[in-house]
Amino acid sequence: MSLWRQFSGGLQALVKRQTADQEITDEISHYLDEATAAFVARGLSPDAARRAARKELGNVTSLRQEVRGYGWENRIETFLADLRHAARWLLANRGFTAVSLIVLALGIGATTAIFSIVEGVLLKPLPYPHSEQLVSLRHTAPGVGIPDLNMSTSVYLTYREEGRVFQNVALSTGGSWAVTGLGEPEKVPGRVVSHDFLDTLRIQPELGRQFTAADENPDGERTVMLTDGFWRSKFGGDRAALGRHIVLDGTPWTIVGVLPPSFEFMDRKISLLVPFRFRRADVTVLGFCCDGIARLKPGVTLAQANADAARVLPLATEKFPMNPGWSPTTFQDARIAPRLQLLKDFLIGDLGKTLWVLMATMSIVMLIACANVANLLLVRMDERQHELAVRAALGATAGRIVRSLLLESVLLGLLGGALGLALAWIALRILSASTLMNLPRMHEISIDPAVMAFAFVLSMLAGLLFGLIPALKYARPRTAAGLRSEGRSLTAGRERQRARDFLVAAQVSLAMILLVGAGLMIRTFHALRHVDPGFSGAARLETMQVGIPDTVQGTEQIVRMEEAILRKLEAIPGVSSAAAISALPLNHDQNDPIYAEDHPERKGEIPPARRFKHVSPGYFAAVGSRLIAGRDFSWDDNYSRIHAGIVSENLARELWGNPAAAIGRRIRLNPKDSWYEVIGVVADLHDDGVDRNAPTMVYWPLLQRNADGHEDVVRGLYYIVRTPRAGSEALVRDLQTAVTSVNAKLPVADVNTLQSIYDKSLARSSVTLMLLAIAGGMALLLGIVGIYGVISYSVSLRTREIGIRMALGGSLEKVTRLFVREGVAMCGIGLIGGFTGALLLTGLMKSLLFGVNSADPLTYAVAAAGLMVAALVGSYLPARRATKVDPVEALRAE
Amino acid sequence: MLTVISKGATLESMNEANTDVIQGTLDMLILKTLSLEPLHGFGIARRIEQVSKGVFKVNPGSLLTAFKRLERMGWLDSEWRETEKSRKAKYYSLTRAGRKQLDIETADWNRRVSAIARLLRFEA
Repeated sequence: MSLWRQFSGGLQALVKRQTADQEITDEISHYLDEATAAFVARGLSPDAARRAARKELGNVTSLRQEVRGYGWENRIETFLADLRHAARWLLANRGFTAVSLIVLALGIGATTAIFSIVEGVLLKPLPYPHSEQLVSLRHTAPGVGIPDLNMSTSVYLTYREEGRVFQNVALSTGGSWAVTGLGEPEKVPGRVVSHDFLDTLRIQPELGRQFTAADENPDGERTVMLTDGFWRSKFGGDRAALGRHIVLDGTPWTIVGVLPPSFEFMDRKISLLVPFRFRRADVTVLGFCCDGIARLKPGVTLAQANADAARVLPLATEKFPMNPGWSPTTFQDARIAPRLQLLKDFLIGDLGKTLWVLMATMSIVMLIACANVANLLLVRMDERQHELAVRAALGATAGRIVRSLLLESVLLGLLGGALGLALAWIALRILSASTLMNLPRMHEISIDPAVMAFAFVLSMLAGLLFGLIPALKYARPRTAAGLRSEGRSLTAGRERQRARDFLVAAQVSLAMILLVGAGLMIRTFHALRHVDPGFSGAARLETMQVGIPDTVQGTEQIVRMEEAILRKLEAIPGVSSAAAISALPLNHDQNDPIYAEDHPERKGEIPPARRFKHVSPGYFAAVGSRLIAGRDFSWDDNYSRIHAGIVSENLARELWGNPAAAIGRRIRLNPKDSWYEVIGVVADLHDDGVDRNAPTMVYWPLLQRNADGHEDVVRGLYYIVRTPRAGSEALVRDLQTAVTSVNAKLPVADVNTLQSIYDKSLARSSVTLMLLAIAGGMALLLGIVGIYGVISYSVSLRTREIGIRMALGGSLEKVTRLFVREGVAMCGIGLIGGFTGALLLTGLMKSLLFGVNSADPLTYAVAAAGLMVAALVGSYLPARRATKVDPVEALRAE
Repeated sequence: MLTVISKGATLESMNEANTDVIQGTLDMLILKTLSLEPLHGFGIARRIEQVSKGVFKVNPGSLLTAFKRLERMGWLDSEWRETEKSRKAKYYSLTRAGRKQLDIETADWNRRVSAIARLLRFEA
């Protein structure tokens, strides 16, 4: 009741201010009349009575103010008045306001843009109900040197049946299928999933049903689910698509369901889901083919989940038979152990570190911006001494002045924040349009309410931060000094100068940190660029994937078709060579151990896993990979099922000391396998990215026969052609024509130059470099501006002193040096702080660096020298102005 | 509730006996005065002065601000009315809540006064 009255009464007074004021005036004048009348009644004359009444009442104006001042609405009024005043002041100082707004908008915009990425990628939960329960079932196998291993069907079934901490366990793997009968033949991406995959994610189909255990029966009907996007593009969103057939790799599959539009999984491009079709009786222990996910029971921690997984994992070897040719203890010898991670952490990977480094970078830019604006404000404040003194003399309290000064700076901060938010929005648009960054969850990044709240709080804080220093420094009433109109010429400048010197030194320190960070990234990038990736002239290498459909049967027929494609590709005008490989460089592939004949393994030990790739004859020549010893495969080798392999240089050195010695040695895939002869040694390939060590590798021919007579071929080879036309639309058309001339049903997918794949692998480093370089550049510029501003102000304050010095015969040089020395001193102090700060902070970015120490002396020296030069320029320019002072004028000036 | 009422004694009163209203009692005095009949501002001041036989003199600023506060609390109503001298004046009257508040404050006051009286007697 009373609260409501407070509110409504206040509101009424606020809205009808004039009526309320009139009432107070009327009431006071009535009071005065009555009091006068009372004095008259006591026998005073009307005049004397009036005087007496006035005396009793006191100052009517201040009485009115006192009565009027009651109630919360007055706070608002005062606030609005202060706000108007602040806005007027900002408008009156247009130059200052514009510069400050630009500086703030850049700082806030950059920080907000990075924050929105941090929020979208790192902070937001994954788009599934209770996504915090979802884990990725990763493993590790130190026994064979594999730090990160996925999952086999046997382990999936073991977790499912024996695990106590999981609500659901699901298995999935990527795949792609040639879709025919729906327009042009097309290779579409999708996932092979166990039937409980959608249950684990808690996703219901939009239409139809999801998979059941029955769909996993290899003898049952082939069923498929479509994603919303694929369903709309191929079936126009027709519900009748349910129950219809779609031809995948030449075989009809029945559509049983459509996924909701919001469905997504680990940032993969997915058009369809098909069930794993397997017989439990055929499942063997090994075969780490797939990605496992699981939903933990509520309240189960990751540590508990890992412990339970470690308990049940060995049961896999009891429940399922070992693969033929492998020792029954392989599983134990490889020391396979669970390494479960939250699904979100698995998706983000080590991106978090990069993003936090960028966030820290932008925060430093923000601090520099604040220091800069604070400095500008301090200069303004000096000019406002008079105004402030007048306000204090008129009765404004220090608190009131601080409040109104802070209001000015907060208003400035908020305006800058609004501009910054606009800048951040533009920056994100540009960032999401470019494929450079290639972030996971990129589509989840947006200017949402959380980001806006961040920008708002940031601007408020910035306003308070840069406003507080001048406000506290100047709110103390210095009426006497301030009111003297020529307060400027007093030598009190020293003390005031100190705050500005400190701010400039702080800016230099922060700039130093950013420049060192940028410098380290430049060195990193330079080092990465100089790593020989294991191929050359990537810009002239066009790559694409072509899948041989199931309709082509027989391993030899498949390989002959692949050779036919290569022959056609070679015939394209401008193409100098063509080759094929099972997985492109930088795109990994399978890992398996090899046994070398002259390195007999100890009992219970498995040799380390090596990376395997299958290559066509001429591959090494086509991609520019050096053949160090021996020879390449030939087509005859393939068709004669030669038992041979080519090893990487590092593997040859590891096993046999030098490349030449490797030729003729024999290796095999398991202790029961037949031997394969090493016929060649090639240069190392940095397959895991140029910042990683090159893995030891074995290349196999396209057509291979195992000890048990089974023949392996790769249906979805990647083709590489070397041509100066790489990257052109015309070449892509020629490639397509060449492929379809072999077989009209062959779909072409993933057309890319090897250069773009290489660039993508460097994307994280290059984006970090770019952003750090921009931040460092901004810091340097703001640093120069800061030093320039302070020195030129100092010059203007000391015009008289300069005049005296010159009149007394001081040389121009000496006077210039005086000011330059001041700037250099500030910079020097800042550099000391910067060294310390940089040493502390760049340690945090160690994981982003390559080939350079985070305390790299060269980088530090160059950054310091750069700042020193900036300080010299920033102080020399205004100092030179001092020498233009005419002594006579200067002495007369004030 | 405990508001500082006396805002600087006038020069005149400094030579005389202290006529400041006891801290925190102005609200109660206003409410009590109005419990008899609605009055305007000067009337209330005059009534307090008369009834207290000149012991208390009310500062007009405090009084007018107190009206605003008491109105906001919902203890007073106000209306512009003609006085007997046919001038317009703002008359204040007690609301039901105001009456209740008066009872509370009176009881509170009595409790305190008797406590102080006991203490003074004890000291003596």
